[in-house]
Amino acid sequence: MFDKEALKKIKERQEQWEETTLQQWLARLPERDELFRNLSDMPIARLYTPADIPDFDYLEELGFPGEYPFTRGIHATMYRGRLWTMRMFSGYGSAEETNERFKYLLKHGETGLSVAFDTPTLYGYDTDDPMAEGEFGKCGVAVSSLADMEILFDGIPLDKVTTSMTINAPAAILWAMYLVVAEKRGIPWTKLGGTIQNDILKEYIAQKEFVFPPKPSMRLIVDTFEFGAKYVPKWNTISISGYHIREAGATAVQELAFTLYDGFEYVKAGIERGLDVDEFAPRLSFFFNAHNDFFEEIAKFRAARRIWAREMRNRFGAKDPRSWWLRFHTQTAGCTLTAQQPENNIVRVAIQALAAVLGGTQSLHTNSMDEALALPSELAVRIALRTQQIIAHETGVVNTIDPLGGSYYVEYLTRKMEEAAYEYFRKIDAMGGMIAAIEKGFPQKEIADAAYRYQKEIDEKKRIVVGVNEYVSDEPITIPIHKIDPEGERRHRERLARVRRERDNERVRQCLERLRNAAQDEKENLMPYILDCVRAYATLGEIMKVLREVFGEYREPIII
Amino acid sequence: MAEEKIRVLIAKPGLDGHDRGAKVVARALRDAGMEVIYTGLRQTPEMIAEAALQEDVDVVGLSILSGAHMALLPKTVQLLREKGLDHVLVVAGGIIPDEDIPKLKEAGIAEVFGPGTSTQTIVEYIRNKVAEIRRSRKNA
Repeated sequence: MFDKEALKKIKERQEQWEETTLQQWLARLPERDELFRNLSDMPIARLYTPADIPDFDYLEELGFPGEYPFTRGIHATMYRGRLWTMRMFSGYGSAEETNERFKYLLKHGETGLSVAFDTPTLYGYDTDDPMAEGEFGKCGVAVSSLADMEILFDGIPLDKVTTSMTINAPAAILWAMYLVVAEKRGIPWTKLGGTIQNDILKEYIAQKEFVFPPKPSMRLIVDTFEFGAKYVPKWNTISISGYHIREAGATAVQELAFTLYDGFEYVKAGIERGLDVDEFAPRLSFFFNAHNDFFEEIAKFRAARRIWAREMRNRFGAKDPRSWWLRFHTQTAGCTLTAQQPENNIVRVAIQALAAVLGGTQSLHTNSMDEALALPSELAVRIALRTQQIIAHETGVVNTIDPLGGSYYVEYLTRKMEEAAYEYFRKIDAMGGMIAAIEKGFPQKEIADAAYRYQKEIDEKKRIVVGVNEYVSDEPITIPIHKIDPEGERRHRERLARVRRERDNERVRQCLERLRNAAQDEKENLMPYILDCVRAYATLGEIMKVLREVFGEYREPIII
Repeated sequence: MAEEKIRVLIAKPGLDGHDRGAKVVARALRDAGMEVIYTGLRQTPEMIAEAALQEDVDVVGLSILSGAHMALLPKTVQLLREKGLDHVLVVAGGIIPDEDIPKLKEAGIAEVFGPGTSTQTIVEYIRNKVAEIRRSRKNA
């Protein structure tokens, strides 16, 4: 894009500048003793000019929004057409309490729902299982059967609001519950929109809420791809997630590389099942973290779109442009929230959210200021939602598409992120793919190393965290702390007992038996069997028990 | 005679999968010259107490971010004591609200390290406390 003559002149002028103006300044005012490195540990230069991207090719690398390689955005109009979906991840206690929170958020202008489940639900245990001791409703809402799901979405128009569910090992079952709730209300599945996270690879890598070994897990996931493509065409059957990888301590580069590689594995698995890539790839979605280093994050999002489009087209031969789209949800980085001076988190979240918007996100969750202390209070979650509304309606950043496109620094960094991701791809290819890499503990070790390095930098004050290792204050915390209704667990347990008592237990037994037989036959798609179990009010724990018995449980290699 | 190395068991009780902090602390303690055993995830209080006994540790560090600490931590201490491990120092870390800390201390958790604690703080605390415990056991 830059002609050689112009580049030569720029370089010469830069050398002159370094010898004259810059030298004089440095002599008078030396640069601060700082790392000047981003969170991926890349050195950041003092200044970027066209000389840093000498062979930059606008049409090749950026193109136009809505066109390959989608660096500038997947839609031709981006936020001028439609704003991102404001989707606040929420859930705690019993279905009643969370339903109330959903309605509160919708009333305040939220445009999509996102369900957080508690840990027993995430691992597929009913609340009264001994493994669930002390965990009820702590990290999300407890859902043990269809009866809970019916209450959770009571009064919410499922054909108008899209719902995202953060659920992985038991994703097929919770999805089936949602589908049956719609069915019972007479809403056709073709009208349902939403997402199940359903990304087991990042569970092995980072979030650790796995249950089954990789092979049967991948089978269940492809079952949902296949079923969704046929019967629930507007549903995203997976949200390939870097968020948790990042929260576990990964750098931006690692988040980018491991997440996209996980994506390749899911595409491969779908193709191996015999599905046409263009049949399911348009329903694959992504989920990234928005961390502190502003430009690094923006470069990461842009690089992700470019890599995915290229690999889908070239590696997997997808022909439908929608298969090339990397559509993604973003959540601001929970791990950057501080328990100290929690009000400061409002500012962190605002800046991270701005990075997500400048990076072209399709949907966004903004964390609440109190999340390093407890589950969010109404006040805190409202401010978090308002932060998105302020970005959308007051800052003007939505007026033009990819406003940072063409910045020498951002384009340089987008390329660097991309190159670094391909380095990881080559390493993982050489190991025989992501599952083999996970079994070797490779991504886990890379992340643990990065997490340790980051902590050491903070401990040694090479990185400043405001309110933690600098600008510390002893003033007591005054923000309100949210409390869970202690009656919720009793209500939930009573409902669970009533479900088991009042349902047709013979029908439940038969449904579970049919599921067991189908699970033993690799050629069967398990979704119809799971749906039947759910319709009969088999509990989550009962369905998962059958699958645990057939598939076994995964034990992870212990890596420090 | 050289001081015997401090042996630490780092454990993740309950269904909580957040192991970043546990691993960072484990490494920091190891770098500080301690012997560190990490249990891995999804440990019941029984499993943790048994591991502490088998590994003959001086310290048990419990990392929990799920909110289930009030159910699981006192129970773990109780099981350790039932196994005769009265001398084992038990510390905890994670997302634990301030108001729960006095109750945990009453139940035998010696210290709770919240978000933002530096690893040096933890290392120094363990060094001092274990030295104290060793001295008092010698004199007893």
